[in-house]
Amino acid sequence: MPSPAVTPWWRNRRLIPWLVQGVAGLVVLVVVAFLVGNLVRNLTNAGLLLSWSWLGNPAGFDVSETLLPFNAELPYWRALLAGLVNTLRVVVAGLVGATVLGTLIGVAAFSSNGLLRRLARVYVELIRNIPLLLQLVFWYFVVFLSLPGGEQAIQLPGVVLAKSGLFLGKPELIDGVWHGQLRLTVEFGALLTGLVVYTAAFIAEVVRGGVASVPPGQWEASRSLGLTPLQTLQRIVLPQALRVIVPGLNSQYISLAKNSSLAVACGYTDLYSVAETTLNQTGRAVEVVLILLGSYLVIDLLISALMNGVNSWVQIKER
Amino acid sequence: MTVPSLTFSRLRRELFATPVDSVITLALLGFLLAVGTAFLRWVLFQAQWAVIQANTTLFAVGRYPIEQQWRLWLLTGLLAAASGLCWGLLRGRGTWPRNDQLAAGILIALAVIGSWALKLELPIQLRWWGITALLLMVRWAAGRWSQALPAPLLRLVPLVWPVLYLVGMVLISGGLGLMRVPPGEWGGLLLTLLEASFAILLCFPLGILLALGRRSELPLLRWGSVVYIEFIRGAPLITLLFLGQNILGFLLPGGLAPDRVWRAAWVLTFFAAAYVAEAVRSGLVALPPGQLEAARSLGLPMHQALIHVVLPQALRVALPATVGQFITLLQDTTLLSLIGLLDLLGTARTVMANPEFLGKNAEVYLVLAVLFWCCCAALGLGSRALETRLNPLATSKA
Repeated sequence: MPSPAVTPWWRNRRLIPWLVQGVAGLVVLVVVAFLVGNLVRNLTNAGLLLSWSWLGNPAGFDVSETLLPFNAELPYWRALLAGLVNTLRVVVAGLVGATVLGTLIGVAAFSSNGLLRRLARVYVELIRNIPLLLQLVFWYFVVFLSLPGGEQAIQLPGVVLAKSGLFLGKPELIDGVWHGQLRLTVEFGALLTGLVVYTAAFIAEVVRGGVASVPPGQWEASRSLGLTPLQTLQRIVLPQALRVIVPGLNSQYISLAKNSSLAVACGYTDLYSVAETTLNQTGRAVEVVLILLGSYLVIDLLISALMNGVNSWVQIKER
Repeated sequence: MTVPSLTFSRLRRELFATPVDSVITLALLGFLLAVGTAFLRWVLFQAQWAVIQANTTLFAVGRYPIEQQWRLWLLTGLLAAASGLCWGLLRGRGTWPRNDQLAAGILIALAVIGSWALKLELPIQLRWWGITALLLMVRWAAGRWSQALPAPLLRLVPLVWPVLYLVGMVLISGGLGLMRVPPGEWGGLLLTLLEASFAILLCFPLGILLALGRRSELPLLRWGSVVYIEFIRGAPLITLLFLGQNILGFLLPGGLAPDRVWRAAWVLTFFAAAYVAEAVRSGLVALPPGQLEAARSLGLPMHQALIHVVLPQALRVALPATVGQFITLLQDTTLLSLIGLLDLLGTARTVMANPEFLGKNAEVYLVLAVLFWCCCAALGLGSRALETRLNPLATSKA
C-alpha cells in the first residue's frame, strides 16, 4: 500500500518557494552587509566617511564653455551643476540632430532611386560596426582639430568654421583670431557630430522598421486615390509607422544621453568629466559615483516620461 | 528568388526612372566620385603608414615581454588548428563548396598581402604563413577523414573550445611552471579580445539567469532581477567602469580586490549581462505560455522544463538581439582606454603620444576602424548564418 497522504515538507508546493526565496534573500543580505561593512571600515580608515559638506568648498578648477557663469572660486556643486548643464546642452542638440538625420536616412531606404537606397544601407552598416569612442576621437583629432584658422577659415554667410570654433552671426577677425558673440567650441562640435552621426544610424533602422511595418496595400491604396508620394508618406504611412517608431526611439534617445558621457574623449567638459576631476581632487569616490548615477538616472527618466507622453499621443485612439 | 541581371533597362529603372531620380543619381555619383578619389589619393600617396608598420607588436600584444611571446604564437597556432578542425567537421565529406574556397582564398590573401603591407619581419611573416597553412591543412584533413572517426569521439569535439580557453588563459597569464606575466603587461589586440571574450562568455549565462528571474513567479527573485537590470541599464558604462576602478577597492577587504584589468572585465560582464537579460526576455515573451504548461503537466520538473523545452526555443528567437549585444560589448571595450588601460585604442593613444608619430591620428584611427568593422561585421554575418541554420522551417526543408 502507498504511504499516508501527508506530503513531506520538502515536497510542499507552497512552502518550498518561500524557503528558496528566504535563503536567497538571506545570502544577498549577508553579502551586502559584508560589502557595506568593508566600505564603512575602509572609508573610516581613509577619513572619507560619507559626507556632503565638501560640495561647498571652492572647486579650484575651471569649467570651460558653460552656460552658467563659473570660475575656480565657486564651490564644487556649482562645478558639477555646470557640467550637468553642459551634458544637457549636448544631449538636447544631439536628440534633435540625430532624429532629423536618422529619419532622412531611414526614409531613404524606401526611395525609388536604387543608389540612394543602397547608400542608406551602407551608411547604417558602416557606422554601426565602428565603436562610438573611435568615431568621437576621429571627429575631434582628425577633422575638427585640423580645421584651418585665421584667414583660411571656412566662411559661409552667417557662419564661420575655424580652428577656434564655430561662430554664428557676424564674427570678426582680430589679429588672426576670430571673435564673435555666438561661439561653439570644436570640442562641442566634435562631440555633437559624433553623437548625431552614430545615433542617426540606429534611428534610421528604427524608422525603417516602422515604415516597413505598414502594409504595402496602404501605399498602393493611397497612390490609387491620387495622393502624391510625399503626401502618402506624410498622411498615410508616417502616422501608422510612428506607433512602431516611437517606442524604439525612446531607447535610442536614452543611449544617446548615456553615450554623451564619452565627452571626455574629445575634451568637452560634461558632467562625467567634471566628476572625474572632482574625484581626483577630493578623493570622494562614493559621493561622486552616487551623484553621477543619480544624474544619469534622472535624465533617463525624463526622456522616458517625455517619450511616453509622445507615445500615448500617437497610439491609435480607440472609439 | 531570381538572380538580378545588370542590364541596361534595369539600370534605367533603378537609377533614372524620373527626372528627379536622374538628378539625385547624378549628384550622388558626383559626390561618391569626389570622396572616393580624395580618399584613395590620401591612402595611397599622402598617408604615412610607418606609424602602423613600426608598432605592429605594440598594437598586437602591448608590452607583453618579448621572450615570452612564443606562448602567444603557440596559442594562435592552437586556435588555428581548432578552427580548422571544426570547420572541416562541419562540412564533412571532403568537399570544398564555393564559400569555403572563398574563405580559404581570403585567409591566404590576408596572410600574404597583410604581412607584406605591414612590412613584418621575415620570421614573423613566416609564422603567419605557417599558421594559415596549418589551419587549411587541418581543415582539409578533418574534412577528408571525419567519416572514419567513431561518432562518440566526434561528439567530444566541441569540448575543444572550453579546454582551449583554459589552456589559453594559462599560456597568457602564466602559472603551471610558466613565468607569470601580470595583466598590467597585456595590451593591444590581445587585451581587447581577452576582455571581450571573457565578458561574452560569462554575461550569457548570467543574462539567462536574470531573464528567468525577471519572469519568475517568486516576488523576491523577480524584483531583485528587475532592480538589477534597470539599475545597470540606467547608468552609462563609463560611470560603472569608474565605480569599478574607484570603489571596488573599498568594498572588499584589503588585498582581495582584483587587478585593474580584471576589475574592468568583471564590470563589462555585469554590464552586458543586464542587456543580454533583456534580449533573452524578449525570446521568453515570444514563447507561448502553453509550452511551459505542457512540459510541466507532462511531469517535467521546473528546471528540466526550462532547459529542454523553454530555453532552446526562446534562445533561438533571442539570438539576433543577443549577438547584437555581443557586438556592442566588443565595441565597448574601447572605453577601457578612458580608465587608463592599454586596449587597442589605449595603445593607439600611447603610440600617438610618441613624438616620432605625432599627428598621425588619421592613419591609426583608420586602421582601428577597419579592424573593428571587420570583427563586428563578421559577428553579424555569423549570427545571420546561425539564424538560418537554427530556423526549424529551413531544417525541415533540407
